[in-house]
Parts: sequence; C-alpha cells; structure tokens
Amino acid sequence: MKLAKMFMATSALTLAGNVATAEDMANELTLVSWGGAYQASQVKAYVDPYLAMNPDVKVTWDESSAEAVAKLRAMNEAGNVTWDLVDAVASDSMRLCDEGLAEEINHDEDLAAAPDGTSASDDFGDLLVSDCFVPQIVYSTTFGYRKDLVGETKPDSVCAIFDLDTWPGKRALQKRPIDNVEWALYCDGVAKDEIYDVLGEDGGMERALAKLDTIKDQVVWWTAGAETPQLLADGEVVFGSTFNGRLFSAIAEQNQPIEMLWDMQSFDLDGWVVPAGLPADRKARVMDFLKFATDTQRLADQAAYISYGPARASSAPLVGKHAELGIDMAPHMPTDPANSGNVHVYDYEWWADNRDDLNAKFEAWLAK
Amino acid sequence: MSDTTDTGGPVLAADGTPLKRSLARALRRQKMRALLLIAPLLLFILISFILPVADMLYRSVKNGIVAETLPRTVVAIADWDADSGDLPSEAVYAAMAADLKEAAAAKTHTKVGTRLNYENPGISSLFRKTGRKAKKFDIEGVSSWKEELIDINKDWGDIENWRTIQTYSPRVTSGYFLNAVDMRVGTDGAEMRPEAERIYMNLLGRTLWMSLAITVCCILLAYPVAWILANLPMRQANILMILVLLPFWTSLLVRTSAWKILLQQQGVINDILVWIGLVDDSARLVIINNQFGTIVAMTHILLPFMILPMYSVMQTIPPSYLRAAKSLGATDWTAFWRVYFPQTVPGIGAGSILVFILAIGYYITPALVGGTKGTFISNQIAFHISSSLNWGLASALGAILLAVVLVLYWAYDKIVGIDNVKLG
Repeated sequence: MKLAKMFMATSALTLAGNVATAEDMANELTLVSWGGAYQASQVKAYVDPYLAMNPDVKVTWDESSAEAVAKLRAMNEAGNVTWDLVDAVASDSMRLCDEGLAEEINHDEDLAAAPDGTSASDDFGDLLVSDCFVPQIVYSTTFGYRKDLVGETKPDSVCAIFDLDTWPGKRALQKRPIDNVEWALYCDGVAKDEIYDVLGEDGGMERALAKLDTIKDQVVWWTAGAETPQLLADGEVVFGSTFNGRLFSAIAEQNQPIEMLWDMQSFDLDGWVVPAGLPADRKARVMDFLKFATDTQRLADQAAYISYGPARASSAPLVGKHAELGIDMAPHMPTDPANSGNVHVYDYEWWADNRDDLNAKFEAWLAK
Repeated sequence: MSDTTDTGGPVLAADGTPLKRSLARALRRQKMRALLLIAPLLLFILISFILPVADMLYRSVKNGIVAETLPRTVVAIADWDADSGDLPSEAVYAAMAADLKEAAAAKTHTKVGTRLNYENPGISSLFRKTGRKAKKFDIEGVSSWKEELIDINKDWGDIENWRTIQTYSPRVTSGYFLNAVDMRVGTDGAEMRPEAERIYMNLLGRTLWMSLAITVCCILLAYPVAWILANLPMRQANILMILVLLPFWTSLLVRTSAWKILLQQQGVINDILVWIGLVDDSARLVIINNQFGTIVAMTHILLPFMILPMYSVMQTIPPSYLRAAKSLGATDWTAFWRVYFPQTVPGIGAGSILVFILAIGYYITPALVGGTKGTFISNQIAFHISSSLNWGLASALGAILLAVVLVLYWAYDKIVGIDNVKLG
C-alpha cells in the first residue's frame, strides 16, 4: 500500500513537473560524439563556455557517433529517444534525414548569423549538404608517410600509393570503397571531374578494383582512425590514409617521423544532427545550445584544439594558435590554401545511391 | 471399506469426490504452483530473448513499407507486364504522383527509396529528388503525369525502376534471403549474382571451417592443461587456475591488441626471429591480418571455455581407474586411450559446443586481426546493422547462421549424443 501510494505521489509530481517546465527548457542535455581528442575539443570550445553561462544545465556524453544512425533508428522504433544532439558525419546526417530520424533545421532562423550580418546559410554555403545537418568542421581523409622510410624522393602525389617501384612497402587504406576507388581511378588516368561518371559506368568499379589489385597484397586495411598513426609509428606501413587530425597529433604532439601528403585529400564534413520527435522542453534546450555552439567564434575556438577547419567562412580568419602547443594552426588545416591545391570533393548524393552496390563488389573483391 | 466391494461406482476420496478427480486437482494445483514459480524466468526469457529473435526473423522477410507508402501505385501497377517493353500506363503514373505527394508530406518517400535502393542502386535519389517537388504537386491540374514525372526526372521513364517497384510491392519478400545466399530476383525468377558480387556463401563457409579449426586448436591446447589442473594437489592447481582465469577476466580488446603487438611484422615475435637469425629482416613473416592471425587470437581468447568444462569433468574421474587398468596389464597409452579418454569425452563435447558456437558469432577479434581473409560472416552482419542499415539483410544472414548452428547441434546430437555432454 505504502509503495503504491508513494509511486502515485511521485508520478503525480513528475506529471506536474512536466506541465510546469514544458514552456521552459530542459536542464539535461545528452550529447553524442566520437570521444577522444575531437570530443575534448568540443568540450573546451563550446560545452564548457555554455555551461558557464547556464550553470543549471547538466551535460551527459555518449561516445556512440560511430553507430549513431543504427542506434537512433533503434531508439526511434522503441519510441524512446534518449539523445538530444548527435554529432555525425555528413553522409550519416543525410541518411538520418532520409529515414525521418532527424529534425529539419531552418538554418537562417535556428542558427546565429555571422558577426558581419551574413546569414547562416550563406556563411556555411555549400557545406549545408542536408536539411538536417549543421556542419561544425571540415576534415579530410588524407595520407601520411614515414619520411625516414620513403627514400630519396619525397612523394608529392597521391599516386605514390600505387607506385610500388619507387616507394616499396606496405600501405594502410580504409576498409571501404569510398575514397579508395576514387583515388584508384584518378591514378589510372581519369580526370578529376569525371571520376563519378566513370565509376557509374558499366565496368567503372571493375577498373578501379583492377587498379587497387596492383597493390592489394601490400595493403593493410584499417577500420578505426587510430590504427594508421599506430601502424606508421610502428613502421608497419610506409603510407597510410586517415583523418588529418589524427596525423596532426602524431606529428605535432607525439613527434613521430611522419609527414603529410595533402594531394587529393578527400574533404568531408562533420556536424550536429537533432533527433526527430524530441519533447518541446528538450528541443528548446538543444536549439539554444546549437545556436551558441555553432556561432562564428565557437567554431574558430575549436580549431585551437584540433586541426580541423571550421565550417563557417567567417570563422577562418579567427583561427589562431594551438591552445597548448602554441603553434600556428592555419597551416595544419585541410582548408589552408597551401594544402588544398588539389582536393577531392566527395559526392554525397552519388554515394548515397550507390554505396550498397559498390560495397558488395568491394567486399567480394576483398575476399578474393 | 465399501469401495473395495462396490465394483460399479468410482473410487472415492475421504471427502466423497471421486479419487481420480481429486488426484488430478491436486496435481494441477502443484503444476500451477510450479509454473508460477518459474513464471518470472519464463516471462523474462520470452520478453528478452524469444520475442526479439522472432522479431529479427520476421524482419528478414518483412516488406510492408512499399505497400504502405505507395498504396495506390501498388494496386495500379499489379496488372502491368514488365516484359512487354512498354512503360506503365498513365494511371500508374498518376497513382505514383498522388502517393509521392502524400509520402513527401509525411517524409516517408526517402524511406521507401532507401528500401528499393537495396535492390536497384540509384532509385533512392530518384525518390529523394522527386520528393522535393512532390509537396507542391497539383494532382488534378496536370493532364499527363507520365510526361510530368519523366520531365521532372528522366529515370521515371526507365522500365527497370518500375520493375523494381512492381517486384517489391508485396508485403512479404524473399529478396533479403536471396541476397543472403548470393542470389537475386532476375527477369525470370531467382538467379545467382554475378561472380564479382558473391560474398556471403563464401564467408559462411570460411566462418564454419575457421571456427572448427579454432575448436580443434582449443581441444589440443586445453586437454593437457586441464589434465594437469585436475591432477595437481589443490594448492598448485589453484595457482594454475588463476593463470587460466586471469586472461579470461581481461578485456577482449586488450587481449586482441596484445596479439597485434606480438604478431605484426615489426612486432615482438618477428623481432626475436630476426634477432636470432631465423628470419631475414627483409622477409619478415606475415602472421597477422590473415586467417592465421584470427585463429591464433581467437584460440587464445576462447581457450578458458574449453579448459573449464574439461577440468571439471576430469576432476570427477577417480585416479584408481587408471591404476586398475595398469595393474591389469595395460600400457600407459592403452590405459589412457581405453579408460581415461572415453570418460573425458563429455567435457570435450561441452567445451567444443561452447567454443564453436561462440567462435561462429565473433566479430570484434576477426575485424581487428583478420585482415581481408580472416573475417567472419558476423562482420558482415555487424556492418549491415550498424553501418549500411540494411537490417532486413542482416536478419536474413542471422537467420541462416541460426539455422546452421541448429543443424550442427542436431548433427552433434545424432553422432555423439547431447546427453553425453557434461559441464562437471
């Protein structure tokens, strides 16, 4: 009896509580990110400052971004979405949007304008690849190489990966078709702007795989971004692709004998996604945080902790020095003019259509 | 005492009811009480195990999304003959336009596009792009939706796209299962996929033989260890037991990473081999990122599951049996093979089933040390669950794996007998 009474009393209380705060903002915020140095940069650049302004808010982190799409879909099916804001790569944000799992964002209304008054949608420009996506950073998947193991001639083109005569040794590549097949076709003589046309033709994928075949027995395939820096540090591979921030920390923070090979770096985006169907009070809190966390200054601040380029054009001039190492961050940004002479821009729409098909071919090829 | 003499009437209990009924009632009450006692466990298993498995199995054939999102189109397209070479009629296009308008308002058009894209690459962007305009469709105001839709996106004039919609309009599909066995629905029934797209049967075979190899390695390594454990005095046995259990309690990821450090080309084992001159520095052994790496790492990780049941069975075997055999003139080998070994078979059986079934479902270790040729089918299931989001295909693969395990279990029961399995 007592228990039942207590239960009824608490549920009445929570009911009353819900009514009272529905107009306000929830004080709990569950953020989903990648963990590691990247999440640390988010904490320092905008979560800590936001908490200083809103001392009542409590932030909980969930380091599940790698499985964000699958987990959000499962939460949605179970009718219990416990996340408030999810950090996801652009292609995942498109899938979340397609599946109706993410809230559409009205970029100009929901986000802060640039200090000079430029609207948010103009400030982010082409980087708004999906209606549900608020970009934070531009990162790239690119190569690093062991400068002590490449011999006399330094590689200056991504095609060094396919040149086993000049640069023998193992290469680390990501275990997925994306980026690898584009690089293969590019080094097989396809013009950069025709890569996706060729890949879409009959025999296009086969041509890319044939090129990859020439180095297949020299490739170590990685699945986690941390593997390549380790493989390079151990001397297991001579070249390795990974996210540029990982290479930056191996070079600048751990002083490994590694050098960047920026040629044909593959640009990609990472940003925030708001799960669909949040209760009003939670959504209000999320949108308040989102507006703050993606303004011009906050995105520029983030670049002081990690070498990823801010997604807003107006943030670029504000990028300063590394917060702890004191080195100038601009030359380490994938977007720096010295690094972005020849870049590969990854076609989200094309991959959304063809990923499953090409993946099957890629997996079959790997298993051969 | 009348009941013994009264042959016609039923036997009565003390309270006058027939004894049979009274007995049955008492038994029923007992059964109900027993059932109530196990009810929490039963409910728990039902909710947390049987229902999810059933749901997973259902997902592998479920295909309601097409009929739910495009109800008018599905009805209109039913009579269309895809082999006629003609595009569907105006009525089908008008139905599609009306369905798309509704779906775009409900934001479900991209979901159906994603579903159909598993079967026909490219169709998801057709739905996504058309959906952007579909909210503003004026269904009555357009004279020919056929022209209008093809005008919006020329892919609406492609027969293959309509064929896909027609083929996948039923609420139940065999598409996922066909895909899981490297087949697909072709123009005339099911056919094998082209050689370059076959993945899963090959992987399933590899998973089975490698799991078997791991099980055999575990038996060979565990048997002597378990024997020593069972025959040492308690004190020493306990210390050795801790050595078996310590790795068992260590995180799986730590143990797998340790194998990476040991086995890689610049790793500890290769360094030692080069240092003592067995292997040339330019020809270091490749013992990771292949099947060898997976077998070594997984044998190590699963070894305790083999040692523990073997140990507990061996402990129950009285040493006097072996002594008796020897005193009757058996050689060491005969005594072991004819007397000792048969008594340990239940332990080997229990350990083998445990190790084999665990191995068949492993995916973290193969992903980290297996390279391209040492990965399992579970890696593909994990990929389709968490990355490609093709849960139907993942369910079909899981269902096939489940069926294979059940068949093997049945075969084991026929050959060795499941009663002949002991955990101690």
